[in-house]
Amino acid sequence: MRASRVSHTSVMLLAWTVALVVFFPIAWTVLTSFKTESSAIDASAMLHFQPTLSSYSEVFDRAQYVDYAINSLIVSVGATLLVAILAVPCAYSMAFHPARSTRGLLLWMLSTKMLPPVGVLMPMYILFRSMGLLDTRIGLILMDTLMNLPLAVWMLFTFFKEIPRDILEAGRMDGARVTDEIRHLLLPLALPGLASTSLLSLIFCWNEAFWSLTLTSSSAAPLAAFIASFSSPEGLFFAKLSAASTLAFAPILVLGWLGQRRLVRGLTFGAVK
Amino acid sequence: MTSRHRASLLWTPAVILLAAGSIIPLLMTLWFSAQHYNLVTPDLTGFAGFENYRLLIGDPAFWASLRNTLVLVGSVLLVTIVLGVALAVLFNQDFPGRNITRLLVIAPFFIMPTVSALIWKNLLMHPVYGVFGIVARDLGGTAVDWFADHPMVSLIMILSWEWLPFSSLILLTALQSLDQEQLEAARMDGAGAMARFVWITLPHLRRAVSVVIMMETIFLLAVFAEIFVTTSGGPGTATTNLAYLIYGRALLQFDIGGAAAGGVIAIILANIVAALLARTMATQLEA
Amino acid sequence: MATLQLQNVCKRYGAVDVIRDLSLDIADGEFIVFVGPSGCGKSTLIRMIAGLEEINSGALLIEGQRMNEVGPADRGLAMVFQSYALYPHMSVRENMSFALRLARVPRAERDRKVAEVARILHLEPHLDHKPGQLSGGQRQRVAIGRAIVRNPRIFLFDEPLSNLDAALRGQMRGELARLHEEIDATMIYVTHDQVEAMTMADRIVVLQAGRIEQVGTPLEIYRHPVNLFVAGFMGSPPMNQLPGQIVDCSNAGVRVELAGHVAVAIAATSRAVKMNDAVILGVRPEGLRLDPAGSLAGTIHLVERLGSISLIHVDLDQGSRVIAQVGATEDVRSRQRVTLTIEPVHCHVFDQTGRALMSLS
Repeated sequence: MRASRVSHTSVMLLAWTVALVVFFPIAWTVLTSFKTESSAIDASAMLHFQPTLSSYSEVFDRAQYVDYAINSLIVSVGATLLVAILAVPCAYSMAFHPARSTRGLLLWMLSTKMLPPVGVLMPMYILFRSMGLLDTRIGLILMDTLMNLPLAVWMLFTFFKEIPRDILEAGRMDGARVTDEIRHLLLPLALPGLASTSLLSLIFCWNEAFWSLTLTSSSAAPLAAFIASFSSPEGLFFAKLSAASTLAFAPILVLGWLGQRRLVRGLTFGAVK
Repeated sequence: MTSRHRASLLWTPAVILLAAGSIIPLLMTLWFSAQHYNLVTPDLTGFAGFENYRLLIGDPAFWASLRNTLVLVGSVLLVTIVLGVALAVLFNQDFPGRNITRLLVIAPFFIMPTVSALIWKNLLMHPVYGVFGIVARDLGGTAVDWFADHPMVSLIMILSWEWLPFSSLILLTALQSLDQEQLEAARMDGAGAMARFVWITLPHLRRAVSVVIMMETIFLLAVFAEIFVTTSGGPGTATTNLAYLIYGRALLQFDIGGAAAGGVIAIILANIVAALLARTMATQLEA
Repeated sequence: MATLQLQNVCKRYGAVDVIRDLSLDIADGEFIVFVGPSGCGKSTLIRMIAGLEEINSGALLIEGQRMNEVGPADRGLAMVFQSYALYPHMSVRENMSFALRLARVPRAERDRKVAEVARILHLEPHLDHKPGQLSGGQRQRVAIGRAIVRNPRIFLFDEPLSNLDAALRGQMRGELARLHEEIDATMIYVTHDQVEAMTMADRIVVLQAGRIEQVGTPLEIYRHPVNLFVAGFMGSPPMNQLPGQIVDCSNAGVRVELAGHVAVAIAATSRAVKMNDAVILGVRPEGLRLDPAGSLAGTIHLVERLGSISLIHVDLDQGSRVIAQVGATEDVRSRQRVTLTIEPVHCHVFDQTGRALMSLS
């Protein structure tokens, strides 16, 4: 059986090589974030350097990282909550009280997600300006909600459909009204599905990089916009970029890693489980 | 039964919000595209008919952007599907550290587009200070000035890196649902590894591959942030895709009518893909 | 008084009539069983009674009050589902007290009721377990307990025993019967198993294709089936059906001649038939006797020895195949030639439409 052992080892080597290659840019960024600006661009100090947190403190002090981070946090969490509040009843009624229009509605919701944001850039900009929503967190929460609602409804729909119908019927016989059904039976049983839906929604909101760049300028700008400011920087900035980037992606990376097994269903609108 | 009737209407808040947020802007875009509306020439107003479209179609930059869009989408699709299938097959094997390598491979998906783009442009691809350049010089060659000489290829690399985890994850999940017994039966029938792959594995993945293609196309058609922070569509119009062109018309040139016309075209393009995707999804609804 | 009435009830799914113009009166305290083959509408019927399906036309009255528009929880009913439908994330105690919690019954009273029911059903050691930790029979009892706690006027059972193995089923049948005596409530029970129907029911409702074929006590249904369907469905092994012809009608009864010139005189009303009409003679296995002087000759092709009796499957010379019941000690073997006699008192005659001729006795 030597042949299989050789192929077994080569599979492992290949897989690890691929994984490390793919992960390399991220690892390199984290590494660079612990350098000073001068050592960041010093070819000879690529791997041998004195680790320091100076770049991080620069990002915090001079670049007001915290303000942007708070914006990202408020917008992401706010939009995720709003999406949950709207999507749960919607998916509930579609899963358990379907009507003739249900199928059409679900497909229509899917189609709104297909809309390229740039196609409605102008109207959104003008609408936001006239409603005073430009450069506000509420405005961005609204946009992110619109973008994530179809995905959330679809994901929750497929999760709810997996709950056996007669458990809810038994609840109805026991005297549960609709609100009781949702609160005592549906949510506890669909909690894992709800969690992964919210997680995906959170990730997409945090990483959203179209409306964040076009509809905000200073006060509501989230981290995506903050990082974008490094595209036309002054002076040496590699280490600061690395530090800012690491701070920006670290929380989402960790969350994504924790929930990655359950995300596939949402990413494909339930087409692949 | 009245509470049951009320329950069947619980979808109204979500649907109304979504409808307002999509139909109204859509109608406005349509409206603007037929208007003379350019903040640079504010005195020229009124119905313009198809003029904006005519101007757009007559503009070589528009066709360049269309071509760039298709090149971008097509190349990234090709790379991510081919490599995605390969990675899925690779990571479907059992080997020590399987779970950790899986985490490493899906990491790029969770990185913000602006961060990805800037990391690649500066830390990796920068001809002087980037890792690629340093390694090239160490090996005795010269550094490639990626964004100056090969801007499109650079973008394709970045986008492929961002989307490879998505495609591998989906394809890996689909692969794991492949019944082992089918493969064993084929083996008993005398099929070698390559034959088993071509005749059993690939057909099984067909549905997942089409889902990946559809989903990626939708998002890739609208690529914006990466271009915004790296090339700003340049040099010239070398990396301007349709989305960036419209953005430029709208927020940089203030040609709202023209931007709207471009937007309508982008929407039509996306709708074609959406119709195909919806048909796949509709079969899912039967299940 | 927990009486229930169905008046001309209909149910349609799209273009298909699932329940057609069905009327039924159920008395207080009865144990009534709906039985019939798959697709006969029995589950739909009980779900309509429960309020989980809408009644398209006709009325449902409980204790004289119309319940069509009343929600499931307000009809005073409780249902035990085929799959038990226990709440998987709640303990047994919480499962049984859920309805009381929703009705805002104070905690002390809730606990008292749950404890009482747990005692009756021997569930006390499991009160803090989750359904996933229990066996099938225990889950069954929790489902029943959940229904009892609500103190309903009428209990509904939707094929509750079909998910249990045979031994457990027998045991649970007895327990349900015992429960009925103790609680003395009206119980409506749905099953496809006619043995369950026969052993448990005060009255049986035999359903087919959305219509009631017959309502009666188990013995009535067994001894006097009104048509071929009921005759063939109820009773195991099924009734033997032999085609024949009327050769004599009179006030004393009819005379039926079977293939092979075997004639039987049966005391049944001759009003619905006339001379030479084609009929079916029905006789249960216990109505056929081994008789060396018998008129039906044939060859045994299978013997089933059940211990207390034996069943012989005989290929008759005249063409039909019958099952006869014989004593356990009879010496019968496969491929043996035998002759059988039909006991007229155990016979039923069915006319061309399948309706039974009424017995004159």
